[in-house]
Amino acid sequence: MRKTFELEDLDCANCAMKMENAIRGIEGVKAASVSFITQKMTVETEEGADFDAVMKKAVKLCRRIEPDCVIKL
Amino acid sequence: MTRKQKKSLIRILAAAALLAACLILRRFAALPWWAELIAFAVPYLISGYDVLLKAVRNIAHGQIFDENFLMSLATVGAFAVGEYPEAAAVMIFYQIGELFQSIAVGKSRKSIAALMDIKPDHANVIRNGETITVSPEEVAVGELILVKAGERIPLDGVIESGSTVLNTVALTGESAPREAQPGETVLSGSVNAGGVIRIRTTGVYADSTVAKVLELVERSSEKKARSENFITRFAKWYTPAVVAAAVLLAVVPPLLFHGEWSEWIHRALIFLVVSCPCALVVSVPLTFFCGMGGASKRGILIKGSNHMETLAKTGIAVFDKTGTLTKGSFEVSAIHANGMSRAELLDIAALAESYSDHPIARSIVRAHGGHLDPKRAGEVEELSGLGIRAVIDGKTIHAGSEKLMESLGITPFCREGCRCGSGACVHVASDEGYCGHILISDEVKPTSAGAISKLRGMGIKTVMLTGDAAPAANETAAALRIDEARSGLLPAGKVEAVEALLEESGKRKVIFAGDGINDAPVLARADAGLAMGALGSDAAIEAADIVIADDDPVKVPLAVNISKRTLRIVLQNIVFAIAVKLIVLILGALGIANMWIAVFADVGVAVLAILNAIRAMKTPNE
Repeated sequence: MRKTFELEDLDCANCAMKMENAIRGIEGVKAASVSFITQKMTVETEEGADFDAVMKKAVKLCRRIEPDCVIKL
Repeated sequence: MTRKQKKSLIRILAAAALLAACLILRRFAALPWWAELIAFAVPYLISGYDVLLKAVRNIAHGQIFDENFLMSLATVGAFAVGEYPEAAAVMIFYQIGELFQSIAVGKSRKSIAALMDIKPDHANVIRNGETITVSPEEVAVGELILVKAGERIPLDGVIESGSTVLNTVALTGESAPREAQPGETVLSGSVNAGGVIRIRTTGVYADSTVAKVLELVERSSEKKARSENFITRFAKWYTPAVVAAAVLLAVVPPLLFHGEWSEWIHRALIFLVVSCPCALVVSVPLTFFCGMGGASKRGILIKGSNHMETLAKTGIAVFDKTGTLTKGSFEVSAIHANGMSRAELLDIAALAESYSDHPIARSIVRAHGGHLDPKRAGEVEELSGLGIRAVIDGKTIHAGSEKLMESLGITPFCREGCRCGSGACVHVASDEGYCGHILISDEVKPTSAGAISKLRGMGIKTVMLTGDAAPAANETAAALRIDEARSGLLPAGKVEAVEALLEESGKRKVIFAGDGINDAPVLARADAGLAMGALGSDAAIEAADIVIADDDPVKVPLAVNISKRTLRIVLQNIVFAIAVKLIVLILGALGIANMWIAVFADVGVAVLAILNAIRAMKTPNE
């Protein structure tokens, strides 16, 4: 499954990169991208992975990296 | 400016005014150190409290090499070594840089968004005789939609009634409006610049051209270029390395060489300010994004920055012939009459062929152009696979292939220098014998020669692949001054030809441009595949790396050009940012650079790199 989310208040490009790398590390994630420029996050999971569980982890990780940034789920 | 930016501006101005007041006060009155500390802490906190807060919060989250933390450490360190005015000024300066950066990124984001503003926001669907406005996603296949003047066509479909002119500039980059009549297929995303039309939809919104284009553009930032990956790797090592160097710089000279602690700590703080790789991390992807945005404005949709890198390194450009370099439609290229004038020959041939729907027959009628009096023609019979027999002005005329002539016992003959071997040839004979022949060839697109010469100007070798026989292929290649033509190729042969060229080109890249419908395997095999005029075709959009919305071959050198320019800007930014930071690090270590220069090397460089990146959005004129 593949979904794109809009991000709010993503103010630093370096954080976007860190978020992207962190999400890629979550188990079950096939591909992920966080674009500072478009303020969007795309997450693609492997087949059979629980997408919602992955996103829960992703939100937690992102909050740790950039607490101001809100993922519009 | 957004609200957040305005707030930040007010804080900066207030802090700057207070700092100035403090400096003046200090000049006229000697204050004890604690009073000075408090006085300068006020503008410092006004401008930088959020940075300090974030730093504390992020440490709690385990983010050590965070920009906020480094900035806080540097300024708090400056207070600690007694450089109060400097600490406050650096924080203010840093915030000014951040504000500029935010404005510049916001601006470029907005202008790119404007480029891609092709998403239709509503559809007027006619249900039970009533026109209702719904979102494009809610319209089903086969429904009738109404598009008024000035509206964007929300879904692909066929015009049922009404004729209009369409503006497809957002989709194809082609600025000349296109006429559209009932029965014609129209693509979503184009703007109705004429009258009201009713369209029968042929697909749902998710399958529409506009949705496909938007998805393609959105996904383009996922595939990263090598220079982007370089930045990622660089950023990973740069910050820890600089911070480690800062620690060494603060500790080693005072311990081992009896250096002054405050002096070396101060130098180390300069390192911390320069340690954020932001200028690179923002500007490189932004440059690619601007480049791809600019290209899409010209009807060139690039699926990822990695393809941009490939395009910039093109060594061999391979073209399919029919439909790519040529129009894929037939035109009369020469008339060789025997015993009559060329006009007479064309006249009787056109009369005979006027009853046929064959593209070659129609090209002869088109070449005639004038009025064809049907009364002059008597009985007409189509001879399957051979040609036509018709009675014209009382004479029996045969028009068709060489085989037809053979069956009549007539030997067609050519004048010297006749190139009837190239392209198709319609021979004409009457009761009285051989009348001559009309040569039909696929017309070369008017811009093909220009496209080839532009590529040559860039030092790119051009190759044409075609299934046509050698004479026709060589003629086209010569006319366009293409370096090499490979003829008589079946689709599998085209793949082999591209593989051979891949071998030949070595490190430089091989790009292939074709219509994308028959060439999907070749498109996929080449380093970068360009599908031309392929907006309507899913298979082509899928197989290609670059989709050219219209079918103008000039877009191929333009795509290469835009990519080269974008890569050049990327390189400029990388070299500029790294060079400035390295120089400031060296000057800082030697005690020459102060913290002001360090802040410039951090945010100032980022702002300049962003402004440079935005240049990539401008595309060269043809």
